[in-house]
Parts: sequence; structure tokens; C-alpha cells
Amino acid sequence: MILKGVFIILAFYMLGNLISYLIGGIIPGSVCGMILLFVALCLRIVKPESVRSVARALTQNMAVLFVPAGVGIMAQYDLIAQNWVGIMTITIVCTLLVLITTGWITQYLDKHFNKKDTNN
Amino acid sequence: MNNIIQSTPAMLLLVIGSYYIGTLLYRRLHSAWLHPVAVGMLLTLVALLLLGIDYPTFQAGTAFLDFLLGPTVVALGYLLYEQIEHLRGREITIFIATITGAFIGIASVILLGHLFGLDAKLIASLQPKSATMPIALPLSEQLGGLPAITAIVVFLTGIIGSLIGPWVLDKCGITNPIARGLALGSASHGIGTSRAIELGALEGAVSGLAIGLTGIAISLLSVLTNWVL
Repeated sequence: MILKGVFIILAFYMLGNLISYLIGGIIPGSVCGMILLFVALCLRIVKPESVRSVARALTQNMAVLFVPAGVGIMAQYDLIAQNWVGIMTITIVCTLLVLITTGWITQYLDKHFNKKDTNN
Repeated sequence: MNNIIQSTPAMLLLVIGSYYIGTLLYRRLHSAWLHPVAVGMLLTLVALLLLGIDYPTFQAGTAFLDFLLGPTVVALGYLLYEQIEHLRGREITIFIATITGAFIGIASVILLGHLFGLDAKLIASLQPKSATMPIALPLSEQLGGLPAITAIVVFLTGIIGSLIGPWVLDKCGITNPIARGLALGSASHGIGTSRAIELGALEGAVSGLAIGLTGIAISLLSVLTNWVL
């Protein structure tokens, strides 16, 4: 039943927006809604089947939603043209830093603290 | 006539059509640089310039797609629930690694941003770049950044991780599949995950889990750093 899924997702989005408003907008409403939906699923308040088809339809095609945001570059062209060296360097360096630290910490902790050996 | 060309259905058709062509090209040539999002952006941009449509008109016509970003983030909560079983027995490891990764990501952007003398608006636009696009865009706006720049940078972040991520992990001696998957998802969100899926099923699943966790971690840490700085 697709309608039920749409209703639940929109309801959690609304609830997330409400909480975001109450905490002064420091976390986007959609992120609050995501956390709430996750908790509701874990606590069995929402049955996974009731949101599955809508959740999959939305997330499997989400890349198309990024196109309009990217086209906004049209309005920011000068700012990027003036700062492209900094932007590119930071993007590359910081991405690799995150990649290496996350990978290294996970590998280190997994080796020393998780006894179950499922490394293969 | 202009009313029809600048209408909502025309703008949506343009975006979805450009993206669709992107997916067809990607399936044919399979190069990371020809990601459907990049091709979609480029074709849409060219069409707008040729048709002489300005950005505010385009923005009004595609408001529906912007709206859908919200429910999509909520739906990620379901994906996170679906993947949470991969976390069993490793909760603490994965939480520590994700939070440290998110912190390093934010701190390094702020530090290097000041070093390069970027203004606050640009630093705020770059800060959420390791988060998945639908989370990074509203976060950028909240931090006082420019979502358009965030969109480009988030995309580049994904491509970098996907192109050289596995090679860098090899060079650093990171061989554990859980560590590799988590690193790719944390650093390069959905685009990194699609690369992780190619490395193996476990890598792919853990990477998918990392998208949601990193999104949450970056949202919460951004709030904290905004208070501190």
C-alpha cells in the first residue's frame, strides 16, 4: 500500500521539522525525521513493510534530485572561479584524510577489540 | 510560448531528461567522471543557456524536486534500519570510527579553509561535503553556505573517493573489508558506496550504513563546532 508509506514518511518529515523548530533549527528537519523514523522502526512502532516500497523508490532515484542544486553553480560562477585552487585542494586533501582515518581506526579497533574473527 | 518553455513540466522534463541521458551514457561507457549527475547538470546548464532561461525561473520550476530531498532523507532512516544488522558486535568500533572521521572532515575543512583564506561562506559550503547530498544541502544552508557550491563539492568528494579510494586504502595497508567499506561510505557517501559494492558485498553493506551514520554525525558535529567557534 503505497499511500500508507507516503503518509508515514511525510508524517515523520513534519515531526522532524517540528523538532528542528523547537531546537532552534540547528539540525535540519529532514535529518531529525530520519533519526525518528529509524528509532520508530527499531522500537517496532512502525512496521518496516509499511514504508519499504516508498523508501526504496525515493532513495534509489535520489541522484536526480541533486541536478537542480548543481545547476545553481550558474549563479555562483564568479565565486568558484576566484577560489577554485583552494576549493579543489581542500576537497581532495580532506576527503583522503577522512578515508584514511576512518579506515585505519576501524581496522585497528576491529583487530584489537572484536574477538569474533569475521575478517575474511 | 515562453510560458510553456518556462513552466514547471518543461523544467522537470529538462532535469529528468538530462539525468536520464546521463544514466544511458554511464551504462555504455562506465567512467566515474561521466556520472549521471555530472552529465545531467551539464546538459541542463547548456539547455538553460541556449534557451535563455535564467536561474530564478529554473529554480521556481524545479521546486518540486527540491521538496523531495526532504522525504528522501527521512527515507534514509529506513535504509539505516535495514543495514543495522551489519553493526552487531561492532557498535563501538563503528561509532568511534564514524564520529572521528566526521570530526576530522569538518576540522580539516575549517583549518585548511582559513589557511587558503577562503571566506566564511565558502568554508560553510565545504564543511558538510562528506555527508550524503540530501543532508549536505540543507546543512550548508543552515551553516550560512551556498548549496550550489556544496552540491559541486559533494559530488567531487564522491568521485575522488570512488576513483582513488581503494588504491589509497591499499597503500595505507587497510585490508579489513569492514574498514574499507566504512571508510569509502564515510568519506564519499553514495558514490563511494557504489564503488564499495564493486569491492564486495560486505564492503557495500557497511558502506551503506556509513552514509546514514556519517550524515547524522556531521549534522550534530556541525552544530557543536558552530557553538565553539
